[in-house]
Amino acid sequence: MTNIIEIQNVSKTYPGAIRAVDDLSLNVKEGEFVTFLGPSGCGKTTTLRMIAGFEMPTAGRIYLAGEDVTDLPPYERKVNTVFQDYALFPHMSIRENVGYGLKVAGMPKSEIAPAVEETLSTVGLLDKADARPGNLSGGQKQRVALARALVRKPKVLLLDEPLSALDAKLREAMQVELKHLHQKLGITFVFVTHDQKEALVMSDRVIVMERGNIVQSGTPDELYDHPASPYVADFIGNSNRLYGKVVAADTDQVEVQVGPHKIRSTPGQSRFSVNEDVLVTIRPEKVRILNQGEDPGDCFTLTGKVQDILFHGSSCRVEVEIEPGTLFDVDVQLALALNASNLPASGDDVVLAMNSEIVSVFRLSEDTVR
Amino acid sequence: MKEATRQKLTTYSVVSGPFLWTIIFLFIPYMVMFTYSFYLKKFPTFVPAFEFVNYITIVTDPQYFQVLFRTAKIAIIVALSSLLIAYPLSYVLVFKIQSKQLRTALYMAVIVPLWVSYLLRAYTWKTILGSEGVLNSFLVWSGFLDAPTDIFLYNQFSMVVTLTYIFVPFMVMPIYMALEKIPRSMIEASKDLGVGPIRTFLNVTLPLSMPGVIAGATFTICLTFGDFVAAFLVGGPNGAMIATIIQSQFGAALNWPLGAALSIVMLVIVLTIISLSDRLERAGRIDLD
Repeated sequence: MTNIIEIQNVSKTYPGAIRAVDDLSLNVKEGEFVTFLGPSGCGKTTTLRMIAGFEMPTAGRIYLAGEDVTDLPPYERKVNTVFQDYALFPHMSIRENVGYGLKVAGMPKSEIAPAVEETLSTVGLLDKADARPGNLSGGQKQRVALARALVRKPKVLLLDEPLSALDAKLREAMQVELKHLHQKLGITFVFVTHDQKEALVMSDRVIVMERGNIVQSGTPDELYDHPASPYVADFIGNSNRLYGKVVAADTDQVEVQVGPHKIRSTPGQSRFSVNEDVLVTIRPEKVRILNQGEDPGDCFTLTGKVQDILFHGSSCRVEVEIEPGTLFDVDVQLALALNASNLPASGDDVVLAMNSEIVSVFRLSEDTVR
Repeated sequence: MKEATRQKLTTYSVVSGPFLWTIIFLFIPYMVMFTYSFYLKKFPTFVPAFEFVNYITIVTDPQYFQVLFRTAKIAIIVALSSLLIAYPLSYVLVFKIQSKQLRTALYMAVIVPLWVSYLLRAYTWKTILGSEGVLNSFLVWSGFLDAPTDIFLYNQFSMVVTLTYIFVPFMVMPIYMALEKIPRSMIEASKDLGVGPIRTFLNVTLPLSMPGVIAGATFTICLTFGDFVAAFLVGGPNGAMIATIIQSQFGAALNWPLGAALSIVMLVIVLTIISLSDRLERAGRIDLD
């Protein structure tokens, strides 16, 4: 597949020397659903706005479908944006809002009406065509904004945190709907969010950003299972963070001493040397509490004492003290736990088993979280 | 005392002050004026009556009708020229000036003259436009004119200039507020949909700022309608405004009943303008949330 967006060494510096985007390069493939993920101030929105043409890069080039658009104003780019606050025109009806771009472009009325109606029915709002934006709910405004952007059949649809103003239930429904819409239309979606769950649910590829640059780019499961840095591990999902010293390192396995425990990590860990101080991250739900006398198999084990059990609805978080002062979280799916009726109680001694493949090891210098 | 009674008493005591003020200093004087407008003039004073003579005079005597018409014409010209100055100025302030401090400073520069005495500001124009004034001196000095001219002062032109200068802040304020309330994303959305800057202005920015324009026009028209100082200072023989006539009826002409009738006519006109503008604004009211 060809690249629909090519961003080459783009930087954006605001007056006062605030560097919002710092030498960022990125390709987006045609038809891809790409999400920029990061906390506020990481440069994700600025990058999106540079693709849309609302901000001009200080350096670097941006190509859309092979054409250099770096110096083109927004109204000459074949992209459309769904704004965070929807930005619907309050003095126009829904129909006029959606048809606005077509009408100004000089399309005959006889062609605008069917195009508007088709798009409105795609987002399921045909019955509200003559209402004013002021009379719609947040979710409906969201759909109108979507229809207005889609009616021009853009090559790329840019979405700037479009779901952040919706309540949790509606947001989840819209996530699924957007994903289906993407599959149905086949156009490229570039989505910006600070919500990691949203990014994981919808995207083909997630681009995690920090301080104006890309920290990691990959499919949701790559990011989740193999975070490239402690920052990514921390930003996406939950992680246990343990500090230790490398005691053994060979071509594809390292062994880290954390208090009395030895933790193994397997794939591609040849970069460490013995005696190095490291940070280990482990996902709480990838760890299993062994039944009494159960054989850990290929897994290595940690022992500890249960401190507390926190009820989270579909799962339970078991806090295990693996050495004095260090708590290790284990998430237990309740459906599984109840079947096996093996939820431990506070004060129990437990054995935790985990596969060395789920353990990530980082140099302390890579740790930007603390 | 019961809680409800106490609350009622509190409400009454808070409201009664302004209420009494309005009754004594606004409503009663208006009623007095209204009553006078039906009285008859009888030199050197006037006698109580219930006659429409004064109103009939206003309608039939072309002198009054002409002044009313001239006042309306000047009010509309002042509103239009204020708009032509205030809209581009507000637009530049809101959209083109990036620095917040500079924007506030320039906005204040527009508002600050309101703290200067009105008379002083009107008088300034006399020294600018007069035959010995700044403008004439400049034109003679630059060789554009051989001798000073008196065409700038004591006519309707000088009145429009003076009144525009004095009332322009009342046009800038509502337009500035209206423009500032427009979310930037709305203008970006228009450009995003392939619409260039000029059409974006005509289709989005201008309609969304109309409430400010209507409010500004109402202010300037109504203020001009009631003005007699500019007419007095820079208006000259053909510059008499309705307020000038009313003033003279209560003064030199000593015809209080006719003055009262003219005041009532003017009040009705101004109230009509305000209610029209209110209706217009309500019809075009836009929820910018």
